[in-house]
Amino acid sequence: MNETLLKIDGRDVRAKQGMTILEAARSAGIFIPTLCHHEKLQPYGACRICVVEADAGGRTSLVASCLYPVEPDLVVRTRSEKVDKTRKMILELLLAHAPDSPRLQELAQEYGADRDRFDKESAFCILCGLCVRYCNEVKKKNAVGFFDRGASREINFIPEIASKECWNCKECFPLCPTSYAQAAYHLTEALAFPCRSSRR
Amino acid sequence: MDNDKIDKIIDKYPSDPSSLIQILLDIQHEHRWLPDETLKRVSEKLNVPLSRIQHIITFYKAFSVVPKGRHEIHVCTGTACHVRGAPRLLSAIQDLTGIKPGETDQDLKFSLETVNCVGCCALGPVMVVDEEYHGNMAPAESEEVLRKYE
Amino acid sequence: MPRINSPAELEELRKGILSKRDPKKPCIAVCTGTGCLALGAARVVAAFKEEFKKKALGTKVDLVNIRETGCPGFCERGPLVVIYPEEICYLRVKPADAEEIVSQTVLAKKIIDRLLYVDPLTGEKSVHESEIPFYKNQMRHLIGNNIKIDPKSIDDYLAVGGYSALAKALGQMTPEHVVELVKDSNLRGRGGAGFPAGKKWEFARKSPGNPKYVVVNADEGDPGAFMDRAVLEGNPFSVLEGLTIGAYAIGSHEGYFYVRQEYPLAVENVTLAIQQAEEYGFLGKNILGSGFDFTVRVHRGAGAFVCGEETSLLMSLEGKPGEPRARPPYPAVKGLREKPTNINNVETWANVPLIVNNGAEFLTSIGTKGSKGTKIFSLVGKVNNTGLVEVPMGITLRDIIYKVGGGIPGGKRFKAVQSGGPSGGCIPEQYLDIKVDFDELKKVGAIMGSGGMIVMDEDTCMVDVARYFLNFLTGESCGKCSPCREGIRQMLKILTRICEGKGEEGDIELLEELGETTRDASLCALGGTAPNPVLNTIRYFRDEYEAHIKEKRCPAFVCKHLIAYHIDPGKCQACMTCLRKCPAQAITGGKKQIHVIDQDKCTKCGTCFEVCPSKFDAVERLSGVPVPPPVPEDARRIVRESKGKKR
Repeated sequence: MNETLLKIDGRDVRAKQGMTILEAARSAGIFIPTLCHHEKLQPYGACRICVVEADAGGRTSLVASCLYPVEPDLVVRTRSEKVDKTRKMILELLLAHAPDSPRLQELAQEYGADRDRFDKESAFCILCGLCVRYCNEVKKKNAVGFFDRGASREINFIPEIASKECWNCKECFPLCPTSYAQAAYHLTEALAFPCRSSRR
Repeated sequence: MDNDKIDKIIDKYPSDPSSLIQILLDIQHEHRWLPDETLKRVSEKLNVPLSRIQHIITFYKAFSVVPKGRHEIHVCTGTACHVRGAPRLLSAIQDLTGIKPGETDQDLKFSLETVNCVGCCALGPVMVVDEEYHGNMAPAESEEVLRKYE
Repeated sequence: MPRINSPAELEELRKGILSKRDPKKPCIAVCTGTGCLALGAARVVAAFKEEFKKKALGTKVDLVNIRETGCPGFCERGPLVVIYPEEICYLRVKPADAEEIVSQTVLAKKIIDRLLYVDPLTGEKSVHESEIPFYKNQMRHLIGNNIKIDPKSIDDYLAVGGYSALAKALGQMTPEHVVELVKDSNLRGRGGAGFPAGKKWEFARKSPGNPKYVVVNADEGDPGAFMDRAVLEGNPFSVLEGLTIGAYAIGSHEGYFYVRQEYPLAVENVTLAIQQAEEYGFLGKNILGSGFDFTVRVHRGAGAFVCGEETSLLMSLEGKPGEPRARPPYPAVKGLREKPTNINNVETWANVPLIVNNGAEFLTSIGTKGSKGTKIFSLVGKVNNTGLVEVPMGITLRDIIYKVGGGIPGGKRFKAVQSGGPSGGCIPEQYLDIKVDFDELKKVGAIMGSGGMIVMDEDTCMVDVARYFLNFLTGESCGKCSPCREGIRQMLKILTRICEGKGEEGDIELLEELGETTRDASLCALGGTAPNPVLNTIRYFRDEYEAHIKEKRCPAFVCKHLIAYHIDPGKCQACMTCLRKCPAQAITGGKKQIHVIDQDKCTKCGTCFEVCPSKFDAVERLSGVPVPPPVPEDARRIVRESKGKKR
């Protein structure tokens, strides 16, 4: 078994080759916050809450711990002025979308994030993608997907598929940190599901 | 667009999902837009989830989910054109056609889009109508050019 | 076309092609790159062909040739025509000139003065292309051949020595040898990051895994940059040859050109070049008898700037939305379909045949310590000679803008040159004498990027420039990661407010804080460099930001919400010009009535300012100060005394 030795928060950590920093930290009982991460899904690296400082190749940079593979002699800091500042700002940016999300509020408390720093945005989805990825990777139904890009990126249910698949599943609902998934599903159901009665 | 035509385009390319964007580009070019039925057909034939196709056609700006006009006007809003007055040209064209970027007029005559650089930076501001490029376009001249289109 | 099975047969073919070409036979080369086409070059070509018919001169065989070429770079003066063998260069040629050119220059060997280049300062005329200062001050290794080649003819490329590098590499060098050569040449990637190409090739070569892929990144998305377009449209063979050599060096047998769909002529010419290369056997199996196989396909982009980022490009090649992924692993290790892949920019690949043919010194003898060789820049914006310029690394910005570019038009003052597109920065006047290279540009807060150089003058608002780039990026970001998507969203909001006169104390500091997070925590380089234009303009033009925020004033008179147009009643002579031209009909007045702008109707288009005759100069732009109330109606009559003064 190939082992890699790295340092996390000053502690020596033994990790299996191919592990990510997040996996290595968890195996050593070191906590790193995440939002878009889920054990059943491929790491996504979108929320960036899990960023840590890593010294590699003579340079220090912020990397997403859920994706960055462990290297020998890697030095990682899961908390620092830079890390905390970054997490605080990311939280404040996300809170502008979903100020009432319990998950976000919990993290906001830890990092001193101000939920009112930015004006409220109309969309309360934070695009963690858990619903889309779960439906794609675990359920393999692809009933919900991403649309568009940039500031217009959004998540929607695909009416033709959702109307057939979701009624006895809804496993993505509890995954959603902001309850957007439920809201979007019900709205789609009300407004866009193909009308059964029209088939006669 | 009938299924035969769609299948013909699909068969031009290797039958794996990496041809998806090329196929959709060809359909868009021929049909001027991508109705739901064509997406479903492509989804079936290439065995890719409909959600991926829908993400692709909303992610990439070459695609349109609504019918386009007979003539497509693209106004370049790249940096060089911007510095040379593209916003004023765009404003003038909006007034002339009555539509904003992303829209098509009522008669399906003109569709207007902005494009982030067509590579004619030395001739800014640039307007492309169908496949014809018009460089050094002053706002006042645009009316003359557009009047020629039916 | 016969299949060429060895380097020797290639040389036979080349000799054959050259023997059928009489260098003394007149040839009219007309640039038909997209730029000149936009200026009517197709009609110029048609006019020449019409003349030939009229004078029964025939086309390819008899007395005169016409060659439709790619872009030589002097876009400002297009349509461009060069008459061979004398190399007489005519500029701004119109279809109506064709008759005179054929009868006077081609047949009677006389020069048409009015079509020559005239130096704006000395009045001196230049007859030959090589004498024109715009070209003379460049070093046109890559782009110089464009006017000599019809991009739809592989024989033209062979006639100027094409494919000799491939023959040399396959016939006389091992793949490792080629990699070493490219490493020795110090060729740094021309796409923006400037990573040493040879090192990248070596990583891909050494990575385990098969098949391996090579890719040409032709998704030139930086607005204002069109170097790759000119190379692909004008000489696609040079890139194809470089790609083939690279594939041989790395051990790849499958290559892709990823070309943005906004360049239809480039897609067409590259596709045709590949077909012709296949016919001759320069692609396919057992190339030139070496045992090396290589096939290439063209893959179009679909309108996404982010697909210029290499991992995003790979996603697009795989038929997916262009969402970048984290690196490591790098594409050289895990790229297309998880296999080792080497991606390089168009210009990088085009350098390769030159290095193979002429040795590493061909590059190392030019440039600075850290940046070797030449670079093609697109010099555009507020500059006299807009177009493409190929210059040695180490040339100063001043020389590019003034010597080659001919300076700022209209007697305006230089303000900044934006280098590196949306990832770059604006370089102010105090740095005009820096030597342009990867590291020097970085030191002043810009980047070389792909080579876009947008010159800005006193009429450019730097806050608006920052807002412009963020507006661009907010739509082009893939939207996957929060720092980029949300960070840019909020920065854009702040900048829009500032440009609308709603800036607040603390905005600059908030921009800096947002910029830091976006730069440090984003998934890819789009987000990572997105704050650059903002942070850079704050660094050098903070006074403009402060004027916008504290005084609600736009020093360059650009931000519509902060400016007003006002007709000075003391200067207005009631000539009615502005009144008639105002598109919003916002000006009242009459023949002897001073004109007054209705501020509520005024759309700030600036037409009145432009059309007011300079002898009156009555329209003024105001910013940061209240607009004087209009002169009362009964006081607006102009009574012309003998000197034409006001009442």
